[in-house]
Amino acid sequence: MDENLGGAARLPYPGTGDGVFAVAHEYLTFGLGICCSLHPVQRKAPDRVTMSAFVGKYADELIKTAKYIATPGKGILAADESTGTIGKRLASISVENVEPNRQALRELLFTAPGAVEYLSGVILFEETLYQSTAGGTPFVDVLKAGGVVPGIKVDKGTVEIAGTNGETTTQGLDSLGARCAKYYEAGARFAKWRAVLKIGAAGEPSELAVKQNAEGLARYALICQENGLVPIVEPEILTDGAHDIKTCAAVTERVLAAVYKSLNDHKVLLEGTLLKPNMVTPGSDSPKVGAEVIAEYTVAALRRTVPPAVPGVVFLSGGQSEEEASQNLNAMNKLEVLKPWTLTFSFGRALQQSTIKKWAGKKENVAAAQAAFLARCKANSEATLGKYAGAGAGDAATSESLHVKGYTY
Amino acid sequence: MSAYCGKYTDELIRNAAYIGTPGKGILAADESTGTIGKRLASINVENVEENRRALRELLFTAPGALECLSGVILFEETLYQSTRDGTPFVDVLGAAGVLPGIKVDKGTVELAGTDRETTTQGHDDLAERCRRYYAAGARFAKWRAVLSIGASKPSQLAVDANAQGLARYAIICQENGLVPIVEPEILVDGEHGIERCAEVTERVLAACYKALSDHHVLLEGTLLKPNMVTPGSDANKAAPEVIAEHTVRALLRTVPPAVPAIVFLSGGQSEEEATRNLNAMNQVAGKKPWSLTFSFGRALQQSTLKAWAGREENVGKAQEALLARCRANSQATLGSYAGDAASGEGVSDSLLVRDYKY
Repeated sequence: MDENLGGAARLPYPGTGDGVFAVAHEYLTFGLGICCSLHPVQRKAPDRVTMSAFVGKYADELIKTAKYIATPGKGILAADESTGTIGKRLASISVENVEPNRQALRELLFTAPGAVEYLSGVILFEETLYQSTAGGTPFVDVLKAGGVVPGIKVDKGTVEIAGTNGETTTQGLDSLGARCAKYYEAGARFAKWRAVLKIGAAGEPSELAVKQNAEGLARYALICQENGLVPIVEPEILTDGAHDIKTCAAVTERVLAAVYKSLNDHKVLLEGTLLKPNMVTPGSDSPKVGAEVIAEYTVAALRRTVPPAVPGVVFLSGGQSEEEASQNLNAMNKLEVLKPWTLTFSFGRALQQSTIKKWAGKKENVAAAQAAFLARCKANSEATLGKYAGAGAGDAATSESLHVKGYTY
Repeated sequence: MSAYCGKYTDELIRNAAYIGTPGKGILAADESTGTIGKRLASINVENVEENRRALRELLFTAPGALECLSGVILFEETLYQSTRDGTPFVDVLGAAGVLPGIKVDKGTVELAGTDRETTTQGHDDLAERCRRYYAAGARFAKWRAVLSIGASKPSQLAVDANAQGLARYAIICQENGLVPIVEPEILVDGEHGIERCAEVTERVLAACYKALSDHHVLLEGTLLKPNMVTPGSDANKAAPEVIAEHTVRALLRTVPPAVPAIVFLSGGQSEEEATRNLNAMNQVAGKKPWSLTFSFGRALQQSTLKAWAGREENVGKAQEALLARCRANSQATLGSYAGDAASGEGVSDSLLVRDYKY
């Protein structure tokens, strides 16, 4: 039975009759990569149809969305702090952790003049997905109008793996399909799931922790794709520790290799995913190194593990200061080596820190806070193009380390 | 340590990158004594050392041919042979900027409990052998793993065993100065469609790269020698553009950019088919962070062998046939092959041998 998905013509290859079909070239989009809307070919018995990667009803949309989010010059604002975590941020500026304040902060960010130009996506916490501006416009509409794709955090935090030295796996798979479908309806088009690993003296991360987290990410990713959401795959290796950059590189490569093996096992469509890794750096208790060194190790690690089918790598900032994160991202994009995926940002703290400080919860500070936010968005946009010239000296907030040991959020 | 980092690191990276030079590729002339015997038999030539030597001399001294080659894979016997006037083959190749390579596997053995699936042997004393080959002038190695497509094939065991075998071989080579060509050949035999071949190829390549990572292989100092993604030999053929799309897509999904070059095997394809498919791949738009080139055996030598027929007086003609195929494939690596080598004798003959062992 011929399946004519998408409406494009499928050309029979001369002489094949009901045999193998050549697919029309309209299926293929060029540019950053090959669109994989080549559909499984139906043949008469005996050969069963097997997909190399999951191609469901959302395949084309997933590919397009992932590619868009990876547009050079744009990146992601990670504004998906859970209620507990955002409470800590608000507490640091003596603001009460109540819904109107959480709403006010996000409105400040999403309506900052000029800022959304530099953003291709914003990750939201569930509560925020359903909130609106003070004037009554749903946040998802504000974002969409600004060309920003709304995303949603879907994991339910970490739990310890018994028998390990405090290692964790991430939960959230129960009813994930149904939740994704709901979020899609509400306007979300991508999702985020944070797996957490740590480097330890006893050889952590253990093989068990790596495998568990890789499998969790892969299962989450496939379920997202079944329900129209581009999965951001985030295997964060914490910076905590006194290890050197080479150790971080080895662990990062090991973890990413395991992640992509699991994604392949689960038939995840790589063209419709994004990767959110840590940068490769020395541990938080080790001497710092220059941005160029971080760039070299990070890009080498990605080149050894991330298949080119992945359209974009959206770095997490870990505990880096706003300025560090931008400098490191910039150095990566200046590196003269072949990088078949966009290298951009998915920053939370490293985009919001000085903004939150400037706001301090006061209405009269909103404009100044929004200006600070715009400055960081612009800086990171330039960094994705390798054109960031650095912040002005004397702005203490942008250089402040944002490291929190054992960070959970 | 993330990947192998030893005394040969820089050399491995340099040699692997060199083999992937656009416009160049590999001549696979590493047929075992038994296999080359079948080739010689097909042109009524006796399978004795002198004839094997004469054939390889014909190939390696063909005027203009070496310019299109960055490497030649040799069988052990050939590594130590010379031209009639006494110049070692490795010197002939070296003088022309062609890296000598060496087949190091010892063939396949069946995996008990499977449907005649195999794994490849050859790890015993491999380090010592690599050292000897390096001393003799070899700078890269080849190890062929074989998988089949069937109702329940390839099984997880076959995939895992072959991936592990390739990874172990690869790191041993690197420790001893040889760039390992990683060859997980999925045989074309069968009636499956191209989508099935794509699915299996992606699964196999993903397993290979996981194993290579586990074994700390330095990807920048390796090459991949995969099958192209095609319909099975008993299914209807597909156009070069379709083969190219499916093949490149499979590679984009599995081969990390650190790998400098992909050197395709020709399977049972005719000389002309193999060239056209390679050409189409290099014309596919979009990202391809590795060179796409050739490592052809039959698909470079078939018409040459026929033209030679074992006769001294045919050597010139035979060498011209080889040059024509080398040039065609060199152009194919640049996506600029116009099909003008299509008129040679035998270039469109299928070279399929079912359940191919060599």
